[in-house]
Amino acid sequence: MSGGLTIAIPRGSLFEETLDLLDALGISTGEVRGNDRRLVFPGILTVRPSDVPTYVEHGAADLGITGKDVLMEQAERAVYELADLGYGHCRMIVAEPKDTDPMGERMRRSGQVRIATKYPRVAAAHFTATGRQAEIVEVKGSVELAPITGVADAIVDLTATGKTLVENGLVEREHIWESTARLIANPVSHRLKAAQIDELLERVRGLS
Amino acid sequence: MIHPVPPGTRDVLPDEMRELRALSGSLHDSFDRAGYGEVWTPALEYEDVLRRGDERVAGAGFRVFDDRGHVLALRSDPTIPIARLVANRYAGESGPLRLSYFAHAYRAVTRGSGQAREFLQGGIELIGVGGAEGDAEVIALVDSALAAAGLRRHRIGLGDGMLYRALLAENDVEGERAEPLLESLWRRDLVGLEAQVDALGLGQAARDLLVTLPTLRGGPEVLDRVPGPAAEHLRAVHQLLAERGVAERVIFDLGLLRDLGYYTGTIFEVLDPAVAFVLGGGGRYDELLGRFGEARPACGAGLDIQRVHVAQIEEGS
Repeated sequence: MSGGLTIAIPRGSLFEETLDLLDALGISTGEVRGNDRRLVFPGILTVRPSDVPTYVEHGAADLGITGKDVLMEQAERAVYELADLGYGHCRMIVAEPKDTDPMGERMRRSGQVRIATKYPRVAAAHFTATGRQAEIVEVKGSVELAPITGVADAIVDLTATGKTLVENGLVEREHIWESTARLIANPVSHRLKAAQIDELLERVRGLS
Repeated sequence: MIHPVPPGTRDVLPDEMRELRALSGSLHDSFDRAGYGEVWTPALEYEDVLRRGDERVAGAGFRVFDDRGHVLALRSDPTIPIARLVANRYAGESGPLRLSYFAHAYRAVTRGSGQAREFLQGGIELIGVGGAEGDAEVIALVDSALAAAGLRRHRIGLGDGMLYRALLAENDVEGERAEPLLESLWRRDLVGLEAQVDALGLGQAARDLLVTLPTLRGGPEVLDRVPGPAAEHLRAVHQLLAERGVAERVIFDLGLLRDLGYYTGTIFEVLDPAVAFVLGGGGRYDELLGRFGEARPACGAGLDIQRVHVAQIEEGS
């Protein structure tokens, strides 16, 4: 990549738009596009979105691109958040079964709610901030299953279009915050490679 | 059967221990030659005493009750205990006091973050020398001690811990209103910080300065972008470092904040391109001594010995 920088990019829903961004910046992505099993390319690492802050914090990459949702859930990572890249827009929400209100029902009868989520810290912070006690059930995937099977009353999850919610009979009850893709940097690189990083950041800003 | 050690702690075996001893010894000799006498303070202190130095007890993560019901905390930072020691043992002495330490400190860490719960810090405290003169002495000694220990590529990121707060205050953003912005800056969330600055509804020039300040890093020319006494002070430190031949090690970083609650001015971090972590840092804490006794200006620095060791290895490879 330009200026001897290495960037960690997320394999996942942000992947295509991230590659388009790199193309627009004049960073060659042909090799990455042509090879979906290899992980390491010159100046580019492809990793799971939730691992991007880890690789950047540990200096395997100077820069990284990942969702704000990942950064919110891993708030303790020592990385700079440099720019909102504008794409990958989605919302963190609380959703419940469409026709019933198990969350309200349980709150009335036992004083707390049970929430399934892939984002335990975000969920806990939201319910604490809104003055409700919540028991957080962490699941790794298909969180929509939890309220259907009675494992939880409601879910905290990220949604872009809301389609998965509808298909599983869920409806959005509360909006927590919005997330987009962010450019992050390792704190040591941010200072020792300041000129290269600023130059890239200028070009990113020039695109929008 | 394997008997575990707590996460974030570790054993050290002879090969590594030999190198860590050599590194500590080299740093100790550099500090000693510069007139910094080594002191030892207890790893356990009364929590009340540590709280006097920093209301968050410097983030101490481990506490125990002793046999009389007193709360003891394992130190998470060597500077507050040294401030206590100075107030107890050197009350009434007016000349400069130069102390060094090599001590384990302890903190709570997030599981899986790879951080150490127990870490060895080596450092210096210069008490009774205020202003740029004191800052430059501490920074230059850290630099030369690292060079004597074999580092070649280390750099000093230099800033002022009160700069952003002062700039906010100039725009009448103070107290509780300033805290969320300082929190964002401390968490390095420059996107969130920009949104918060925009929400203040300031004039264009003030808004632009608050947004760009955290991104100002580089040579002394970045100081031209900031008016006021902090920039003047940093220029003076830079001048003194130039006289000591270490100015080229310095990278100004005007967005720098450090998480301890006692810094009052110049702060710095030690960086090395061979490692992704900050090796150590320090700064000026002119109000800390006054919380324990006589108010005296002071400046200090601490190095994470194991991280410096990693830098030695990485620079060599």
